Amino acid sequence: MGLKSPEMAAAAVPGQFVMIRVRQGMDPLLRRPFSICRADGDLILVLYRVAGRGTGILSEMRQGGSLNVMGPLGRGFGRPFGGGRAVLAAGGMGIAPLLFLTDSVWPGACDLLAGFASSDQVIRPDRVGLFNVGMSVATDDGSQGRPGTVADLLEEHLSDMDPEPVIIFACGPIPMLKAIAGIAMRRDIPCQVSLEAAMACGLGACQGCAVKASGRGDRAYWHVCQDGPVFDARDLDWGAF
Amino acid sequence: MADLPDLKVRVGPLNLKNPVLTASGTFGYGAEFAPLMDLNRLGGIVVKGISLRPREGNRPPRIVETPCGMLNAIGLANVGLEAFLIEKLPWLRRLGTAVIVNIYGHSVEEYGEVAAGLRGADGISAIEVNISCPNVKQGGMAFGTDPDMSARVTARVVKAADQPVIVKLSPNVTDIQRIAMAVEDAGADALTLINTLTGMAIDIERRVPRLANVSGGLSGPAIRPVALYMVRQAVKAVHIPVIGVGGIMDYRDALEFLIAGARAVQVGTANFVHPRSGLHIVGGLTDFCRAHGIPAIEEIIGTLREE
Repeated sequence: MGLKSPEMAAAAVPGQFVMIRVRQGMDPLLRRPFSICRADGDLILVLYRVAGRGTGILSEMRQGGSLNVMGPLGRGFGRPFGGGRAVLAAGGMGIAPLLFLTDSVWPGACDLLAGFASSDQVIRPDRVGLFNVGMSVATDDGSQGRPGTVADLLEEHLSDMDPEPVIIFACGPIPMLKAIAGIAMRRDIPCQVSLEAAMACGLGACQGCAVKASGRGDRAYWHVCQDGPVFDARDLDWGAF
Repeated sequence: MADLPDLKVRVGPLNLKNPVLTASGTFGYGAEFAPLMDLNRLGGIVVKGISLRPREGNRPPRIVETPCGMLNAIGLANVGLEAFLIEKLPWLRRLGTAVIVNIYGHSVEEYGEVAAGLRGADGISAIEVNISCPNVKQGGMAFGTDPDMSARVTARVVKAADQPVIVKLSPNVTDIQRIAMAVEDAGADALTLINTLTGMAIDIERRVPRLANVSGGLSGPAIRPVALYMVRQAVKAVHIPVIGVGGIMDYRDALEFLIAGARAVQVGTANFVHPRSGLHIVGGLTDFCRAHGIPAIEEIIGTLREE
């Protein structure tokens, strides 16, 4: 879905999100967070799959309609100093913020790996107008690409890579992120993950989107909306998920 | 601008520039919303509940959306009294609007200690005492559901504080009027009601509660009729002013509470949906008064016609 807002498109950085009110009225009441998938001219692109009531209502929107959108919000992906390649690991719809990253920050200097449940779920970069971005695919049922998960894909990829990537960026479901973060931490490769969480306000006020911190800092919980959604994998308590 | 209606209200010893406050726990410490609006146009800000020591809050999941509302079990996460005074209050003090500090404790004595800790602090318009938060197992609930305990907490805070004391009541009681009267007798300057209604939601696939805390506080427009009725009940039972809160989303909702006799309103969950909800309501009240030729909002308060 493309949302026309020159201000948002100009301000957005990869990893940030927007809070969308899927319709006026009292039910559903709260906004829904969506990763920004691309900023293209006056547009920001948002990827969604119909999964519940909110996205069901969104899917009934017509071109030219208007939506109440707040953003861009949150802290996006950080960039390490120096050169070198980055590896991007996506699980399902988690590909959205990583496509933004390939587009604007790491053109030509990253390898995109993506895992999906099956071939009919695969989202290719050309879907959002990115025609020069390659992608290695794994599917759980083996119907496309390598049978297995994106974590399997990453292990294989890293064993072939020399030198190792300077950083791994990941976004997807928690079990997938856990596996990716585990691989990165074992190999001592910096890793940033983008988390999804239920949230009410998106501004740090409701404190509803708390995730347990690893204890490396002085905080017990992070708030996904404001401290994230992108975190250093070492700052999260992966056992608490 | 002689034709602008006068939105000023008196809430006991408190003078507000307009009757629209933000509710505790929905507006952080104010600063979170400063980039999005002119906070000085609000009648006041009620900050997140402060306890003697910092609190981390509950395990996630902490919130779940429900029909026309949401359940929360944040667990009263806050920076604690000391950090509030050092890190938050200096910024709040510079605002040109009322700053009301919501407090809670785990014992009567602790309520008193927090109130005493705020004594002499510059820039606090009033203290709001949370005797009703349903989320923390040791505290909250037990005080707010019992008239005697409610009165004891109130008396202790009134004794310790040098600011006006507002007591925020729980709706999870059988007789709101008894509690309201007990709190009035104990010396409260004003009442706020209602806090959230206790509820729960279940994940039918996994057959587990959708909140890690099992139960949480229901807020949002779903609770508004309950809140309105309880405000009305309280207004009839006490002489001290009542502040109405519960599911107010727009100026029409705010007017219902004012007509029922609330002298001010708080906007809570609406801040999550539209951060500028409070300001929209101020604007809506202004327009309403103007359209109806009402020179001052005070003239609307308590004008409900009942047989």
